[in-house]
Amino acid sequence: MAIEIDDHQQPSVELSKVAVSETHGEDSPYFAGWKAYDEDPYHELNNPLGVIQMGLAENQVSFDLLEEYLEKHSEASSWGKGASGFRENALFQDYHGLKSFRKAMASFMEQIRGGRVKFDPERIVLTAGATAANELLTFILADPSDALLVPTPYYPGFDRDLRWRTGVKIVPIHCESSNNFQITPEALEAAYSNAEAMNIKVRGVLITNPSNPLGATIQRSVLEEIFDFVTRKNIHLVSDEIYSGSVFSPTEFVSVAEILEARKFKDSERVHIVYSLSKDLGLPGFRVGTIYSYNDKVVTTARRMSSFTLISSQTQHLLASMLSNKAFTENYIKINRERLRKRYEMIIEGLRSAGIECLKGNAGLFCWMNLSPLLDEPTREGELALWNSMLHEVKLNISPGSSCHCSEPGWFRVCFANMSELTLQVALKRIHIFMEQLRSSTLASNQDYSGCRFLVLQVARQPI
Amino acid sequence: MTRPQTPAREPDSQARKPAGATAMRLIVPLQGVVQGRGGLILGSLIPCALFYLFQLYAKRHRSPKPGSDPVSPSQSSSNLPELHRSSSRSNLSSRGSIGRVGVSSRASSIAKPNDSPYYIGLDKVSEDPYDRFDNPNGIIQLGLSENRLCFDLIEKWVSENLEDSVMGSDGGDLSICGIAAYQPHDGMMEFKVAMAGFMSLVMGGTVTFDPQQMVLTSGATPALEILCFCLADPGNAFLVPTPYYPGFDRDMRWRTGVELIPVHCRSTDNFIISITALDQAYIQARKRGVKVRGILISNPSNPVGNLLPRETLYNLLDFVQDKNIHIICDEIFAGSTYGSEEFVSMAEIIDSDVIDKNRIHIVYGLSKDLSLPGFRVGVIYSFNKSVLAAAKRLTRFSSISAPTQRLVTSMLSDTRFTLAYIETSTKRISDMHDLFVAGLKQLGIKCIMSSAGLYCWADMGGLIRSYSEKGELELWDKLLNIAKINVTPGSACHCIEPGWFRCCFTTLSQADIPVVIDRIRKVAETCKPSS
Repeated sequence: MAIEIDDHQQPSVELSKVAVSETHGEDSPYFAGWKAYDEDPYHELNNPLGVIQMGLAENQVSFDLLEEYLEKHSEASSWGKGASGFRENALFQDYHGLKSFRKAMASFMEQIRGGRVKFDPERIVLTAGATAANELLTFILADPSDALLVPTPYYPGFDRDLRWRTGVKIVPIHCESSNNFQITPEALEAAYSNAEAMNIKVRGVLITNPSNPLGATIQRSVLEEIFDFVTRKNIHLVSDEIYSGSVFSPTEFVSVAEILEARKFKDSERVHIVYSLSKDLGLPGFRVGTIYSYNDKVVTTARRMSSFTLISSQTQHLLASMLSNKAFTENYIKINRERLRKRYEMIIEGLRSAGIECLKGNAGLFCWMNLSPLLDEPTREGELALWNSMLHEVKLNISPGSSCHCSEPGWFRVCFANMSELTLQVALKRIHIFMEQLRSSTLASNQDYSGCRFLVLQVARQPI
Repeated sequence: MTRPQTPAREPDSQARKPAGATAMRLIVPLQGVVQGRGGLILGSLIPCALFYLFQLYAKRHRSPKPGSDPVSPSQSSSNLPELHRSSSRSNLSSRGSIGRVGVSSRASSIAKPNDSPYYIGLDKVSEDPYDRFDNPNGIIQLGLSENRLCFDLIEKWVSENLEDSVMGSDGGDLSICGIAAYQPHDGMMEFKVAMAGFMSLVMGGTVTFDPQQMVLTSGATPALEILCFCLADPGNAFLVPTPYYPGFDRDMRWRTGVELIPVHCRSTDNFIISITALDQAYIQARKRGVKVRGILISNPSNPVGNLLPRETLYNLLDFVQDKNIHIICDEIFAGSTYGSEEFVSMAEIIDSDVIDKNRIHIVYGLSKDLSLPGFRVGVIYSFNKSVLAAAKRLTRFSSISAPTQRLVTSMLSDTRFTLAYIETSTKRISDMHDLFVAGLKQLGIKCIMSSAGLYCWADMGGLIRSYSEKGELELWDKLLNIAKINVTPGSACHCIEPGWFRCCFTTLSQADIPVVIDRIRKVAETCKPSS
């Protein structure tokens, strides 16, 4: 039966507000830079003039350790019991997750914290990545139009992950360079009052510790203050500890879990920790995230809600053996830390010799660079103009502070772990030349950095 | 073998804003008056009285309405346990209290225990699962639509191609290189290509699928939810023919805030949807001020197992075209067909017609046809570019794990294997179906003529005491606790006619069938209905 259609009469079928909303944020500079990279990606041999990706926080420095493990432990990557192992695994879609995997995750998380805390595998809820974990928690802790307080600068993805489908708002807790962007009780109170004044109900505070984009851990005293604050206001605390295994020195990271244990878990039912294997273990493609909650109701609900974001049983099985191998994980954590520290020192030194200062960092896959002295005008526009030049003339994709909602213009997040050392050197060289040209010429006027047009060529021709 | 618990799914409730908020706006200024700004006695007495009256009013309207009796599912027409109006602002009134920190109303609605027979039954089986040797008196599982008949074929493929490796072998190489890094959220292109080929094969080879129109998700569950988020706003509705898969109530409604309006189908029509019924449901929704955004059908149908005839598909297309709404076709059982009837995918229908394809969306997955529910592989197939773009972005919350993508790509690309698998699988399902249905027939229990799915839709109306939902649930209870078999009662699927039960037979072996029939017989004998 043919159906006659008159295109002029029928309006096209509508989509939802979620579908047409811009909350996915993919039109922001943060993502525009990625597009530029995709179109012209740097390659040492094939495309030495291309854009170097320094906007992606991916850990590629310890990959060889994983490969070595898999080579040596083929039994770890077998189905066990041969074919019937496969069958059991393929049928397993229980949202509790494989017990062996949860135990392995709990133990891995404990090791990262130097054994200073204990994690109960029964409180671990598995999700397909920390992105899903953060969204899930937001669905659970807040209703549409409620808000979460998030300290600035923060990971640009939160705008999408916490708000898009959930309808929840983010109210920023403003942090400043004058005290190294640390969260203060005054800032917390100000954010809360701000929300109240707008008639918005605050349901919780979400911190990232170690911080993205600052690349620094939150001090114990600050954590205590934050915890006291959420207790006073009777709201939740979500601590995204996704970079906890990427702290350069083992003693410098304090997890909120430690605060709770020290207080014998008083008022702990408001605390939830998010973790993932995407950064520390360099396995973002595996989609492995977890929620660890001290609140029974949240655990039950999150578990049920995780039906929308389960981790493949195959992946759980594969990682369970690897993460339970204490010798492997101890070694991995130790070496990963050292390599990241070495990279960090390399980039800091390289930037310093180019005359650029960074925030003192001690964790993560990036550094927080201060280019405010270079800005023609201390505004967001000034920052974006500089960012634009960095992208199109210097051919480096770095993340502007404004996309992280930083209240002070001129700061940039620069990733250093998603490339080879050689590539990092090339990037540093380009920055070096860029700074030289700025100093020696009249480029600084009118935000015109176009003189750097041949910069990448110069660098490509130079020996490192 | 012990069957681990499937993700239990709940009926959910919708959160609504309470009337309390408005009341508060009246009270606060009144408080100002009461606090002594009016000096005269009248000036303070009257506002006082008014103030307390308003407080009383507000209190009564702020407290949540209790849900209906959770034990018996409500009448199909009103969908599930009462919409739970919990106050998200209840914490506001407890200013300064150090009470328990609250969760959202979305969370509150789901934290309470399962009350649908669908989930209760699954729970019970996991506590006492039947095993021919180890636990012959356990509960036999007939409530889980999983295909366990062809694992020998899959395992053979695994042993030949993976050499027992979980990682899959890329030319015998255990490297995780290439799959550790961030992948496109909506799946690797090679996987989409392989999936497109598999879907085409499964649906009879009569239609080709374009990988560019595909979005891959971690299971069909998020595929449906993502489509829902893209096509409807909170408070909007989808029309769903009954009986339908109990999981839709959670998957489609919970976080989206969307309503499901049942459109009842009758045994006299073989439970095939009638356009008149659809039309009536649409009009009634309009009258209530509810905006219908689309229809959700499952074809092959779950729980009935029938196939929608071509004519019906055309009628449905006419309907959605006329109303300018969407249609979602859940075709997850497309590869589990075995009768003489032909399966016609919605993709095939619209291939041959010039219609607005922007309203057509198909859901598929590998949990049923390929028995890989644990691997979490789902598909959204749409003809609407905007929906694809939005869905792609939303898959960041529900991506398929990279090692699984690689393993399954390799499996699906082996067309020799997939062809042989589908042929054998459908044959074995058919044989099991025939045996099971014949067994029920011996007891005088007839099943709807079905040619698909992993279950049959059985009419046990003759065994229930009172021809009502209550009677049906009594029988269900007897079957679960006395006969010790777990079947899914029609009321859990919103069936309007009492007495129908879904019995999944693909988790059994042929030797188990006589045991099941025997157990039903024993209960049937005690169930002589009062004439």
